[in-house]
Amino acid sequence: MTEFLRPAAEWELQSMIAKLASENRCAEIVGHGALRNAGRSTAPETVITTASMRGISLYEPNELVMSARAGTRLVDIEAELASRRQMLPFEPVDIGPTIGAPASTLSIGGVFATNMSGARRIATGGARDHLLGVRAVNGRAELFKSGGRVMKNVTGLDVARGLTGSWGTLAVLTEVTFKVVPMPHASGTLVYRGLPDDLAIEALTLAMGTPYEVTGAVHLPKRVAARLKNKNLADIGEPLTLMRLENFPESVAERRNKLQTALKVYGEPSVVAAEESWNLWSELRSLSVMPFSPDTILWRISTVPTKAPEIVAAIQKFMRVDAFYDWSGGLIWLEVPAAADAGSADVRRAVAVRGGHATLIRAAPDVRETVEVFEPMKPEIERLTRGIKTAFDPAGILNPGRMYATI
Amino acid sequence: MSLIAMPEPDNGAVRRRAEIIEDIAALVGRAALITDDDGRRAFETDALTAYRSVPLLVVLPRTTDEVSKILRYCNDASVKVIPRGAGTSLCGGALPTEDAIVLCVSKMNRILEVDYANRFARVESGITNLAISNRVAEKGFFYAPDPSSQIACTLAGNLAMNSGGAHCLKYGVTTNNVLGLKMVLIDGTVIDIGGAHLETPGYDMMSYAIGSEGQLGVITEATVRILRAAEGARPMLLGFESPETAGACVSAIIAAGIIPVAIEYMDKPAIAVCEAFARAGYPLDVEALLIVEVEGSEAEINALLKKIAEIARKFNPKTMEISADSDHSARIWAGRKSAFGAIGRISDYYCMDGTIPLGKLSHVLTRISEICAARDLKVANIFHAGDGNLHPLILYDANKPGETAKAEAAGAEILKLCVEVGGCLTGEHGVGIEKRDLMSVQFSQTDLAVQMRLKSVYDPGWLLNPAKVYPLDASEPMRDGVRIYASEAA
Repeated sequence: MTEFLRPAAEWELQSMIAKLASENRCAEIVGHGALRNAGRSTAPETVITTASMRGISLYEPNELVMSARAGTRLVDIEAELASRRQMLPFEPVDIGPTIGAPASTLSIGGVFATNMSGARRIATGGARDHLLGVRAVNGRAELFKSGGRVMKNVTGLDVARGLTGSWGTLAVLTEVTFKVVPMPHASGTLVYRGLPDDLAIEALTLAMGTPYEVTGAVHLPKRVAARLKNKNLADIGEPLTLMRLENFPESVAERRNKLQTALKVYGEPSVVAAEESWNLWSELRSLSVMPFSPDTILWRISTVPTKAPEIVAAIQKFMRVDAFYDWSGGLIWLEVPAAADAGSADVRRAVAVRGGHATLIRAAPDVRETVEVFEPMKPEIERLTRGIKTAFDPAGILNPGRMYATI
Repeated sequence: MSLIAMPEPDNGAVRRRAEIIEDIAALVGRAALITDDDGRRAFETDALTAYRSVPLLVVLPRTTDEVSKILRYCNDASVKVIPRGAGTSLCGGALPTEDAIVLCVSKMNRILEVDYANRFARVESGITNLAISNRVAEKGFFYAPDPSSQIACTLAGNLAMNSGGAHCLKYGVTTNNVLGLKMVLIDGTVIDIGGAHLETPGYDMMSYAIGSEGQLGVITEATVRILRAAEGARPMLLGFESPETAGACVSAIIAAGIIPVAIEYMDKPAIAVCEAFARAGYPLDVEALLIVEVEGSEAEINALLKKIAEIARKFNPKTMEISADSDHSARIWAGRKSAFGAIGRISDYYCMDGTIPLGKLSHVLTRISEICAARDLKVANIFHAGDGNLHPLILYDANKPGETAKAEAAGAEILKLCVEVGGCLTGEHGVGIEKRDLMSVQFSQTDLAVQMRLKSVYDPGWLLNPAKVYPLDASEPMRDGVRIYASEAA
């Protein structure tokens, strides 16, 4: 029987961790559970949830800064920001639905603990880039802070940012402070049709190298494009290459024309404007083109943009694949058929020789127990990783085995 | 006059100097060493020139492999290492000690790879900041962080301090513009963090390394993000009767959804000095001056500056001047860009670097005047208003007995004030020795222990740039070898 601990305050969390330490026990760390099916499978008998630590503690729209307790749901944060025409700069991705969790349960703590950012990351940086400060409790039951609420801060080691992507294995975040930005006044998307993967990535990287500030650069091969909820686009029946422009309306119009001229050789794009453009990118962000299914496995591959088509082609030699290219190719969401080994050897080899790393996002629990979920580490990095873990959590109380079997 | 204490030197290392020189010469060749008195004296300080100490020797390696050999030797022989780039640190980050060697990466300054399609450049860390932008300018690209020392400062120093610059409101600071690092640990191990792709797998070791002030390792190579420059940029000048209205105007611009590429603020004393020096045409009858710069095409710039002018009018500016062309833009920037030199011409000054929430600007400026007036010191303030980074320049006379100590005391009080209002001790210059003893104002003992344990993971013997960043009493147990991390890991 799993025991759920629900601290409502930092001191309570500290005493719970101290108690676990004294009893030689460990705990799984969750928010509202959106990410429980991600990462390596673990089965501690105790779960600490930050769900009761919620609420926005500071919001200064004029200073572009917000603080929220870690269990605050992302949807609540985004609603509050939207009421002031602001947003998170990095379009966080909620992988919950694609791994079989209900939508809208992701917490802001989970956003930073996993550091998963959406399309805008290629232009303006990811979650880690916009984190300003944290409060957290480590495995020694110590409450500590790092960073603060101001944009520029180089006071001491950047522990706050260093906790992003650590999946709750170093400390339990209790409060996060992050940068927010104004919503763009207008959005428009150029849609190129029928480009094969390599030409599409070429066009997208060219677009990113123009001064027109493209804030989304996505390519959907034919089968994936057909899954779009936007019927106008899904029914085209061809691969779609999407470039988003955002700014004041007059800027979007001007930049659209200039970008189109710069990319003339790739054909005549159609234009998705205004709310339809906004909705299209919300849809991409929700990963609904990579829907939950027990029959497929989902990988997330980070690489050098121009290498992306080669990586997909190399894996395709061994299995059927469906790819969703984001970040002008720098991020590939790759769907492969369900298999006990998750196609791991082929995927990792294809990535390794071209530079980058792969993370297993969706697979059955038994697969996530036997296949490495995160990129295997080189020995010298493993040594440091182990040292960092020990510095924060010497007894291995927090999320043991969540990222790596022995850490 | 030294107010900031340094630990007693390791006399063993000082006595073994001749032997250490021979050993390191055997590893990297005598030509890479500076051992004579005059040569070493050139490295005795950085841009915090009040503090000086001649190191055992200076070594200028040319390859990562040489850096690895030197560090492994120093680790085995328990010799302290002060990593150094161009020595432009304003906080004593590169200050040597007499029992340490200086490892200077300035000879490692090559550009190894430029990839425009994937928008990165791979460079050796001793390259100057500006040399990266200059190399990629032919294709209209640039490297975004632009600290004001960018002609001289090395990328290695920028990485160590997580440097910012005038344009970080839009483009971020160093940590936001780096994709990969090659770093040598104290035991000689060479690690690669990240690469040319966007995200680092596993723990975010990039974040620990950048801004670590040479405490974790020596970075020898970096893969940095290069960006396509905007089609153009143009500033406007706004003068106000009070800091409150200037601050409110900045807030209103941001609230309208406009993120200018830079918003620079100068107070009356700063305006007067800069105008006298640069003849930029600044108004002398205003209390606060803003330079607001926007980017884009000509049409976009015109539209944005018009929007900003409309917003500013609501705050009754005493001056509003929109740059008409590139000459005009250069003139508007000339005053601000010469600020440090202009003030240095009339007085010695002590440049502070706190960050504050924008909403506290007026309160903080009033308190800074009071703090300085109480000590009979003058102060001029320059402020990156968009990101809250405040540079009060405390004017003093270094030749007058006691003045330096007075300036340092006023500076410390100002930084405490920054922390008190919700800001921090340093926005872009780093802690070094200068703010080391103030760290406990911003951080609890636990906060500091969390950081110092990480230092011990990377550098168990505390040989890399020791006695910096952390107050000596807090770091003493770790420097003395009581290794909390090591003992528990065993």
